[in-house]
Amino acid sequence: MENLLITILLTSIPILLAGLGELVTEKSGVLNLGVEGMMLCGAVAALGSVLIFGNPYIGILFGAVAGILISTVFSFFTITLMTNQVATGLGLTIFATALTGLIGEPFVGKTAASLPKLEIIFLSDIPYLGKILFSNDILVYFAIFLIFFIHFGFQNTKIGIIIRAVGDNHDSAHSIGYSVKLVRWISTSFGGMCAGMGGAYIPLALTPHWSEGMTAGKGWIALALVVFASWMPIRLLIGALIFGGITILQFVAQARGWDVPSQFLNMLPYLATILALALISFKLKQNNYAPTCLGKHFLGNK
Amino acid sequence: MYKNFLKIITFLCILVSPFLYTSAYAKTKVGFVYLTTPGDHGWTYAHELGKQMVKKEFGNDVEISIVENVPEGPDATRVIRELAKQGNQIIFTTSFGYMEPTLKVAKEFPNVKFEHMTGYKRTKNVATGNIRFYEGRYVQGVVAGLMTKTNKIGYIGAYPISEVIMGINAFAQGLRSVNKKATISVIWANTWYDPVKEADAAKVHIAEGADILAQHTDSPAMLQIAEKNGALGFGQSTDMGAFAPKAQLFASVNNWGPYYIKKIKQLKDGKWNTGDGPDHWAGNTWGGLSTNMLTLSNFSNMPTDVAKKAQAAHDGIKSGKLKIFAGPLKTNDGKEIIGAGKTLDDGALWGMNYYLEGVTGKVPK
Repeated sequence: MENLLITILLTSIPILLAGLGELVTEKSGVLNLGVEGMMLCGAVAALGSVLIFGNPYIGILFGAVAGILISTVFSFFTITLMTNQVATGLGLTIFATALTGLIGEPFVGKTAASLPKLEIIFLSDIPYLGKILFSNDILVYFAIFLIFFIHFGFQNTKIGIIIRAVGDNHDSAHSIGYSVKLVRWISTSFGGMCAGMGGAYIPLALTPHWSEGMTAGKGWIALALVVFASWMPIRLLIGALIFGGITILQFVAQARGWDVPSQFLNMLPYLATILALALISFKLKQNNYAPTCLGKHFLGNK
Repeated sequence: MYKNFLKIITFLCILVSPFLYTSAYAKTKVGFVYLTTPGDHGWTYAHELGKQMVKKEFGNDVEISIVENVPEGPDATRVIRELAKQGNQIIFTTSFGYMEPTLKVAKEFPNVKFEHMTGYKRTKNVATGNIRFYEGRYVQGVVAGLMTKTNKIGYIGAYPISEVIMGINAFAQGLRSVNKKATISVIWANTWYDPVKEADAAKVHIAEGADILAQHTDSPAMLQIAEKNGALGFGQSTDMGAFAPKAQLFASVNNWGPYYIKKIKQLKDGKWNTGDGPDHWAGNTWGGLSTNMLTLSNFSNMPTDVAKKAQAAHDGIKSGKLKIFAGPLKTNDGKEIIGAGKTLDDGALWGMNYYLEGVTGKVPK
C-alpha cells in the first residue's frame, strides 16, 4: 500500500509542476496550449544534459531553461506579434514534438542517472507518512513548495496581485502604469520553466531513458487540470493526485484481476475533466474563477 | 567537331550501357522496413543485427536500403512501394502491422519478393517468417518458479492477441512444472513500446508483491525498475543485461540473421519460394530454439542449480523431447482443453483466447 501511494505521488509530479506553471500563465491572461510541447523540450534537454554531464541536478536546470526558451517563442508570437494564442500553442506542441524527436534520436536506448532520494532526518522515520512524504527526490519537495509559494504569492504579494490584475483587466492595469506585455512575458516564461521541469521529471525519476513523445498526453492533462482546479494551486494538488491515482489504478485493477475494462479506467481522467468543466461553467456566474482576459490580446502600446 | 564529339559520347554510352546494367544486376538489392530507429535494444535492434549479419555474409554482393521509423498503416504502403520502385529485389518488412501494406504492394510488383515478419498471410511473392518466442518464455517460467520468494509473478503484456497469450501460457506451463503455488498476474500496457507506461506497470506489480517480472513489450524500462527495487526479470528481443546488470536473469534473443541470409541466398540462386514447411498458421517459417532463430542470453543472477534446470528445459525444447503444451491442460477457470497424452498443435496455439492454470484474471474481451 505504501509503495502504491508513493507511485501515485511520483506519477502526479509532472502534471502538477506543469499545471502550476500553466496556472500562473493563465492568471496573467495568456492561454498557452503548448504545455505538452514544452514538457517534451524539458524532457529531452534534461536527459541529454544528464548523459553529457552525468549529474541529474544539471538535468533539472537544463529542463527548466529549455522550457523557458521554447515558451519565449510562444510569447514572441502571441504577445509581441499578437497571433492567435490557441493556434500558436497548438503549433508549438506540434513543432516541439518533431523537434524533440530529432534532438532525442542519439539518446534512444541510453540510460541516464536518476535523481537521488533525499531523506529528511527525523521526519522520514514517521511510520507510513515518513516514507511517502519525506523520503523523495528534490523535485517532489520543490513541487509541494511551489503550491504554497504560488498560493501565498497570489494572495499576499504585490507581484501576485499585479499578475492577477493584468489577467483580469488588462486595460485597467495598463492605465495605472503596469506593463501588461512584460508581466505576460514573465508569467509565460515561468509557465515554460515549470513545464520544462515537469517534463524533465519523467526521464529523471520515472523512467530513465528517452522515447519519442514520452510525455504521452501529460501536458494536455495538466492543461485540463488548471480548469479542473478552477485556478487554485491547492486544488491543483488534489486534482493531480486524482489523475495520478487513476493512471496507476488502471494497472492495479488489472494486476488484482478486477473485472473492469482497462479502457474504461483510461477514460476516467478525461471524464472527470469534462464534469469539472461543466460544473465550473455552471458556477461561473456567482464566482468568477477564470481570469477575465484569458486568451484576449492586449492592444495597448506597452 | 563539337557535334561529332557528342555523337561519339552518345554512341559510347549506348555501347557500354548493357554492361553497366548487368554489372549492377549482379548485386542483389535488399530493402528493410523498420518500425523504429534501431537504437541498441529491443525488437528493431534485433532486426538490425540480422541485417548486419547479411552485410557480413554477402559483403559487396548486396546493396541494402533501410527505412526507419515507419508507422504501421498507410505510410508503410508508401514506403514499401518506394523501395520496390527503387529496384530492390527482396524487401523485408519487419513488423506485424505491415501485413496488409506488404500484400498490397506485392500485388503491384509481382517480380519483387517480399518477406513479412510475424504475419500469417502469404501470396506467390510474399513469404512470412516468425519465431517461436513462447519457447523462451517456458524457460523463463521455470527460472521464475525456482527464484520467486513471494510466489507472485508480474507479467506485462502488449495487447491481448494470441501471440502474447501463448507466451503467457507457455510461461505458466514452465512455472507450474517447478512450482505449483506461484501465480502470474498480467497487466496489459496496450502498446508495444512506451517506457513510461511499462515502468508504471512494473512499479504496480512490485507494489502488489511480485518479485519476478516478465514482459512482452519492447523497452528495457521494466528491467530498470526491477533493478531499482531489488526485483528480478527477463529481457526481451535482445540481451538487456547492460540496462539491469543485477536484475536480468536472462533474455530471449531473436536471431533473424540466418533466416535473412537463407532467403537472400535462395533469391540469388533463383530458388526463392514461399517456404517448404507445412502450411500452418504462423507462416511457412516458424523457427524456435531448435533452428537457432531464438536463443537465450547467458543465465545470470541465479544459483547454479537453477541455471542447470533452466539449461535442461532449454535443451529439452531444443531437442523436441519436452513438449510445452502437452496434456492434460486446463484453463484457469477449470475447463479442460485437452486430456493426457495429447499435445496442442500450432493451429490451436494461434487460437488461444484463454489463460491456462497458474495465471490469474481473465483475458480481456
